[in-house]
Amino acid sequence: MAKPQDCGNCKKPATIHLTQIINNQIKKLDFCDDCPHQKGVTDPEGFSLAELLANGPGATEDQTTDSTNSCPSCGFTTVEFKKTGQFGCPECYETFRDTIGPMLEGMHRGQTHAGRVPQRMLTRVNRRREIERLSRSLDEAVTEERFEDAARYRDELKQLNETLAGDSKESEENADK
Amino acid sequence: MQIRPILEAETELTDRSHAPESVVLSTRVRLARNIDETPFPSRANKSQRREILARCQDAIAGLKMMQKGSVLEMQNLSDPEKQVLVERHLISRELSNDKGESGVIVSRDQSCAIMINEEDHLRIQVLRAGYNFKGAWKVIDRIDTGLEDKLDFAFSPEWGFLTACPTNLGTALRASVMLHLPGLVMASQMEKVVRAVNQMGIAVRGLYGEGTDASGSIFQISNQQTLGESEQDIIKRLTGVLDTVIEQEQNARQKLLENAAPKVLDKIGRAFGALQNGHLLSSAEAMNLLSLIRLGVDFGLLPENERRSVDKFFMTTQPGHIQIISQGDLENSDQRDVERARVLREHFRGLAPLDFDTLEKT
Repeated sequence: MAKPQDCGNCKKPATIHLTQIINNQIKKLDFCDDCPHQKGVTDPEGFSLAELLANGPGATEDQTTDSTNSCPSCGFTTVEFKKTGQFGCPECYETFRDTIGPMLEGMHRGQTHAGRVPQRMLTRVNRRREIERLSRSLDEAVTEERFEDAARYRDELKQLNETLAGDSKESEENADK
Repeated sequence: MQIRPILEAETELTDRSHAPESVVLSTRVRLARNIDETPFPSRANKSQRREILARCQDAIAGLKMMQKGSVLEMQNLSDPEKQVLVERHLISRELSNDKGESGVIVSRDQSCAIMINEEDHLRIQVLRAGYNFKGAWKVIDRIDTGLEDKLDFAFSPEWGFLTACPTNLGTALRASVMLHLPGLVMASQMEKVVRAVNQMGIAVRGLYGEGTDASGSIFQISNQQTLGESEQDIIKRLTGVLDTVIEQEQNARQKLLENAAPKVLDKIGRAFGALQNGHLLSSAEAMNLLSLIRLGVDFGLLPENERRSVDKFFMTTQPGHIQIISQGDLENSDQRDVERARVLREHFRGLAPLDFDTLEKT
C-alpha cells in the first residue's frame, strides 16, 4: 500500500509514518519532520504514541511544546527520544529538561543525585575552563592595548597553571598506589 | 584466535581458592560513564566513535588492574568468539551485534571487563565469586577514580552521571547477584518471589532461558533504580532483599527434603545417570542436569569440590564454548549436543557413586 505523500497537518511531504492498533482499530498518521512537535508528541507527560493518537490528526492545535525541539549540541529531537528511549548526548539533558523532570518521577527513587561526586575531575574541568576564559581575556587585552589588565591576567594564568600541574602530579601519585 | 588466552586463563569465577557458595554464584557491579561534550555511541559518527574508542583504551591501559589484560575490538572477532565473551558475561549481547569502533578490555583474571561504545561510552564491570559486594565495590571504585583522572566524564550536580538512557542516570550503578534457586523453582514459589521482589524496585530475571522457567534455576537479581540514592544505599537495599531470598531458598530446600525427599533425590540420581551416560545433550538440558548436581553437592551427595566443576561447566557447555573448545566445525546444534554430552560424560564417569547415606545420617 502506498503511503500518502502529504503531512496530515500541513501538507508538506510526509517523512514520518505511524501505525498503531488500539482496541482492534488501526490508526495511521503521516507527518512531515516538523509537525509531530506541534501535535503533542513532545508532551512531557506522554511516553507512548497512543496518547498522541487519542487526540487524532488535527484534533488539537495544542501548542504545549517550547521552542527547544532539537538539541543545539547534537541535533537530537524528542521524537527520536520517544522512539529509542535514549538521548543523543550529555547536553540533551539540559535541552530537554522539561521533558525529563516528570519522567524521572516514576522511574527512580528520587529526582536528584545522592551518590558519589567526582570532585577531583570537577575541580580539574573548572580550572581548565577558567584558564580558557583568562586566555581569551588576555588576548583581548593585548589586542586592545590594555597592558595593565593583560599583566594581571597573565599572573592569574600563571598561578592557575601551577595548581593544575600540582594536581595532575598528585593524581599520578595516587594512580601508582 | 584472539580469545584463546581468555579460555585458558585461571579466572576469578572458576579457579578462586575459596569454595563456591551454595546459593550465590557471583556478585557483579557495573558503572556507566560517558565523556563530556561528546555524543553518546548511538548518536556519534564513525570518526567520533573511533576517537572515543582510542581515548578510552588509552585511559584504561594506564590502570594497574588492567595490565596484561586482553584488548579486543568487535570488528576483529569472529561470531563464535563474540559468543564466548557473551557466555562469560564479559560483553553484552548488544555489543556482540556491533560491528565497528567498539570493544572490550578484560583483565587477566576476567574479574573486570570494560566495554567501550556500547550504549554508553564506558561500561565498567567488576565481578567477584560468591556474595561479595564489598570486594566488588572496592575494585570498581578504584577503577572509576583512576579513569576520572584521565577522562572528563559527563556529570551534572543535579542528575549525577549522565547516561544515554535516563534509567541509568545518577549513580549509573547496576549491582547484581547470580543466584542458584532450585528449591524455590521446585516448590513453584519463584513467581511469588519475583512479584514480591519487583515491588521493592528490584529486578529478577532468568539468566539462561526465559522468565521464571530459567534453565539451570539460575537467576540474576539487580537494582532497577539509580537516581536519588547513594551507591551504598542501593547496595544496602539490594542486600536486604537478597538476604531474604537466600533464606527462602534454604527453607524451600529443607522443606523439600522433609516432605518430598524421594522425588528430589530421584531427580538428582537421574541427572547423575544422564550426565554419565547421555550421548545427546542440548545446552538447556545440560544446564538443568548440572543444576541438580549442584543441589546434590549442597545435600552432601557429592564431594564439595564438585560445586566448582559444575560452575565451570555452566559456562563451558554453552554453545559458543563447545564450538571453540572442540575446534571442530560444529556449525549445527546436533554435533554440538554430541560433543557436549561427550565432555560431560568424560567428567562424570570419573566420579564415585552418589552418597545417599549421608542424608539419612543427618
